[in-house]
Amino acid sequence: MTAADFQAVLPEFILAALAMLGLLVGVYTGKDRTAPAMLWATSAVLVVVGLWIALNGEGSNVAFGGMFIDDAFSRFAKVTILLSAAAVLLMSESYMARRDLLRFEYPILVALAAVGMCVMVSAGDLIALYMGLELQSLALYVIASLRRDSLKSTEAGLKYFILGALSSGLLLYGASLTYGYAGTTLFDGIVAAAADEPPLGLIFGLVFITAGLAFKVSAAPFHMWTPDVYEGSPTPVTAFFATAPKMAAMALFARVVHDAFGGIVSDWQQILAFLSVISMFLGAVAAIGQTNIKRLMAYSSIAHMGYALMGLAAGTAMGVEAMLVYMAIYVTMNIGTFAFILSIERDGRPVTDIAALNQFSRRDPARALAMLVLLFSLAGVPPLVGFFAKYTVLLAAVDAGLAWLAVAGVIASVIGAFYYLRIVYYMYFGEEVEPVDQTAHPVLWGFLMVSAAIMVLGVANLFGIETWAANAAAALVD
Amino acid sequence: MIGLEHYLTVAAALFVIGIFGLFLNRKNVIILLMSIELILLAVNINLVAFSAFLGDLTGQVFTLFVLTVAAAEAAIGLAILVCFFRTRGSIDVEDVNVMKG
Repeated sequence: MTAADFQAVLPEFILAALAMLGLLVGVYTGKDRTAPAMLWATSAVLVVVGLWIALNGEGSNVAFGGMFIDDAFSRFAKVTILLSAAAVLLMSESYMARRDLLRFEYPILVALAAVGMCVMVSAGDLIALYMGLELQSLALYVIASLRRDSLKSTEAGLKYFILGALSSGLLLYGASLTYGYAGTTLFDGIVAAAADEPPLGLIFGLVFITAGLAFKVSAAPFHMWTPDVYEGSPTPVTAFFATAPKMAAMALFARVVHDAFGGIVSDWQQILAFLSVISMFLGAVAAIGQTNIKRLMAYSSIAHMGYALMGLAAGTAMGVEAMLVYMAIYVTMNIGTFAFILSIERDGRPVTDIAALNQFSRRDPARALAMLVLLFSLAGVPPLVGFFAKYTVLLAAVDAGLAWLAVAGVIASVIGAFYYLRIVYYMYFGEEVEPVDQTAHPVLWGFLMVSAAIMVLGVANLFGIETWAANAAAALVD
Repeated sequence: MIGLEHYLTVAAALFVIGIFGLFLNRKNVIILLMSIELILLAVNINLVAFSAFLGDLTGQVFTLFVLTVAAAEAAIGLAILVCFFRTRGSIDVEDVNVMKG
């Protein structure tokens, strides 16, 4: 390990070392009494490392003989991952503490999952990809079942574990075939082996890897774990699942199809277009009958993954740029939405029934308005930021000659708008029901308002993320 | 003479048995864990066979990583299963049904 290699993995190294240090501190001192301090410290570290990567990173550095790639693309993904993980941690504190769930392991597991995600988006080799993915997944299985005495939470953890392990198995089988037919696990070598007339084994490998990754991004028809895991996990954990891991898996998807299989775009383009169109429609249609807001958000995230995959299916630098912009906006919207969901309580107990929101605007106009903005943005109503996210993706698809996919996307978004607007209807015109509490924890209130404000103010220039995304896409697609 | 294709056939058969074990099994969750293990072992056979065939060590290194991660995965899976058993009092696959989906 040379100094240059070490330099490239320094952020991940620091995070991993601090997580292990936190484990020691937690065990040797007050156990769960240290949890709040640990939570604040972890989110501070995540923010600092995220900003450090954003401001300090430069150029493309390849470390460990090509296994680890630190370029503009991975930096864009890492900054999004680390900042959203920190935001979700901060939102968790009051909820977890009041339900006696704030164990010191929670921030440590989130930090370890973040390390895994950073390795995933920087992977330049199938082994690094697998190790990063597993580090992330193993941490997520545990936090899904964090509420050990709840049937729903343990069942969610069990389902997530079984299906997650199955998807890792599919991905690994694909990786083994790819290794056998390309003769190497390095993406550089695979792309050379697949350049002209790729052997059939490589195509099989590609299909298995794609299926495994589709599980991780919860794209239909590999989505069946999503609603149950979202519903069963404690709500802050659901918020985490809906943000950082989605960004990481999507970035990894882009990395694999472009870096390792960039020479056979037409082969994976049709698979991704298929996944995209099914996810968009399934997410839009299946969400209509939901009464639990966490299940609804699960279907909403399936639909959103469909749009992000549409950008990826374009197979161009423009498509990757659109996907990155989409994911960054999606993560921001979801943080705000989950801040709202976390703040909804009745007599101090969390409520996830959509009907509880009836007439909410009369009790707390500010929060209702912020949620209205977020829901309109999620639905893609112009002129909010969510509309521009969908617009750039559709534009990339049309530009790549996938006009039919773009048309399908527009139709699905019209169907999907129904269930977002239904929540707005309940909040403003619903019938009178037993009221929910009027006070929201200041942290949650702050995240909700900031997120809603971004959806309105970002219309001017999207805060410049388009430029960063364009640089990132240029680094990935030659 | 046993060649590469024989190993790949065995691995493919194990992989398919593992997948079927996951989807057709109606008895209990331990069998699901065994099926997952079978899938990972099929991958290991693939990797080692390719590694020997190509005369390249990477595949064997990959196998060692897969073995290690499989052990960690089994530990976490069993831990979650113990928690589930404590709350539900059963590990039948049919009883993993509080949430529909």
